[in-house]
Amino acid sequence: MLASAIAGVAQAQSLIPDSRTGGKLLLTGGVSTIEGSGGGGLSTWATITGYGEEDGIGGNAHVTLVDLPDYQFRTAGVAVGLWDRVELSAARQAFDTGDTGALLGLGQGFTFTQDVIGVKIRLTGDAVYDQDTWVPQIAIGLQHKTNDQGAIIAAVGGQDDQGTDFYIAASKLFLAESVLVSGAVRWTNANQTGLLGFGGDANDDHEAQFEGSVGWLLSRNLVVGAEYRTKPDNLSFAAEDDWFDIYAAWALNKHLSVTAAWADLGSIATFDDQRGLYLSLQAGF
Amino acid sequence: MIRKMTLTLAAAAAAFALPAMAQDPAHRPGEEAVDPYIVAEANAGVAPFEGTEMLEAFHGREGSDRIVDGMLDRSVADARIAEIFVATDMVRLRRTLKEQFCYILNGGCAYTGRSMQDAHDDIGLQPADMGALVEHLQDAMDAEGVPFRTQNRFLAKLAPMRRDVVTR
Ligand code: HEM
Repeated sequence: MLASAIAGVAQAQSLIPDSRTGGKLLLTGGVSTIEGSGGGGLSTWATITGYGEEDGIGGNAHVTLVDLPDYQFRTAGVAVGLWDRVELSAARQAFDTGDTGALLGLGQGFTFTQDVIGVKIRLTGDAVYDQDTWVPQIAIGLQHKTNDQGAIIAAVGGQDDQGTDFYIAASKLFLAESVLVSGAVRWTNANQTGLLGFGGDANDDHEAQFEGSVGWLLSRNLVVGAEYRTKPDNLSFAAEDDWFDIYAAWALNKHLSVTAAWADLGSIATFDDQRGLYLSLQAGF
Repeated sequence: MIRKMTLTLAAAAAAFALPAMAQDPAHRPGEEAVDPYIVAEANAGVAPFEGTEMLEAFHGREGSDRIVDGMLDRSVADARIAEIFVATDMVRLRRTLKEQFCYILNGGCAYTGRSMQDAHDDIGLQPADMGALVEHLQDAMDAEGVPFRTQNRFLAKLAPMRRDVVTR
C-alpha cells in the first residue's frame, strides 16, 4: 500500500521536468532592447529573454550605448525569463544632453534619467519550433516608465513624468528561409520613449505605434537585420521622428553577446539628424 | 508509382528469401525487439523534400548516415543527455534514424521505424533535451560541410516533431 503510494509519487514526479538552464538554441532568446525587454535593439519581440526553455529559467544583464551627434543615450538593465512564459525586466536609461544641454538652457551635461519596469507574457506559439504553421509566437506586455525630470518635462509641454506602454508582439523564425520577422503594436503616449515625458500639449492620448524588425541568420551565432519604430508626436516645441536601425547581433556563446547597429533616431528636442553608433553588450544564461 | 511497385516487389522477393523473423520491423536481427507497430511512411513524421538538391547538399546517403552517427556519438558523450541513451538499443536507433533522414532528404529510403510519438512517449524527454540534440545535429552537419542555410531547411522539417518528442 505504502510502497505503491511511494511509487505513485515517484511516477508523478517524473512527469515534472527537471529544472534545466540553457535549453534554447543560440541567439533564439533575443538580445536586450533599450527599454530592457527581450527583443532586438529598438523593437520588442514576443520571445522571452534568456536561454531557459519551458523547463528552465534564463536571465541576463546588459549595457547599451547610443552615441549621437548632440546627445549620448545609455541604458543598463537586468531581465529574467521564467519557463519561457514570463519575462520580468528592469532598466535605467540615461539621456545625457552633454554640451547640447547648455544650448537648450538646461545646463551642461544635463541628464534625463528614466526607470523602466517591464512584464511580458507569452500567450501562444513557439517562434522557433512551430515550423509547420505560419502562426507566430505571440506575447503581450507592459512597460512602466518613470522619468526623474518632471519639472523640465512640464516646462516643454509634457503632461506627465511617468507613463505605461502596453504592447502585443508577434515573432516568427522562418527557419527554412533563415529569416526572422517580428512586429509589435504599442499603445503609448511617451515622448521619445518617455525620455521627454508622457503626453504633450499637442496630444495626451495613448496611440497605437508600430515597431518591427527583420533578421537574416548568417550563422548560428550571427544575425544581421533592420528595425523600424514609429513614435507619437505629442510636443509642439519639437517634432519627433520614427526610429530606424541596421544591426548585427553576434553571440560568442550562450553567456555573452554583442549587438552593434547604426541607428537613425531623427530629430530629438529640436536637434535634427541624430544618427550614430549603437553598441550593446549582454551577459547571461 | 513505378518506384513503389519495385519496392513492393523487392520486399516480396526478400520476404521469400529470408526467414519471416528478419522482416519483422519490430525485431530485426541484431536488434532488441520493440512492441509491434504498423509500418507506414507517415511514421517518419514529415513529407520528404522534392528533387535531389537537399540529398546532394548532405553528400548523399553516405553523408546523411555520417551525420546521424555524428549526432548520436556526440549525444551519448554529452553529460546533459547521455543518461537517456543508456538503456537504448543504439543499433536500432542508428538504423531507423538513418532511414528517416534519408527518407526526408528524398534519398529513396523507406522509413520502417515507429512514429515519433510512439518512439518517444515512454522516455519523458523535456525541452532542453531537444535543444541539446539539435545542437549535436548542427555540429554533425557542420562537420559534414552542409551549408548553414541548408541545415536550417532540414531543421525546419524536424522542428515541429518536438510536439511528439517532448512529453514533459
Ligand atoms: C525531431 C527530433 C527527433 C527525431 C526526428 C527522432 C527520431 C527518432 C527515431 C527515428 C527513433 C527510432 C524509432 C524506432 O525505434 O522505431 C527514435 C527513438 C529514440 N529517440 Fe528520438 N528523435 C528525436 C528527438 C529525440 C531527442 C531530443 C532525444 C533525447 C535527447 C531522443 C532520444 C531517443 C531515444 C532514447 C530513442 C529510443 C527509444 C526506445 O528505444 O524505445 N530523440 N528517435
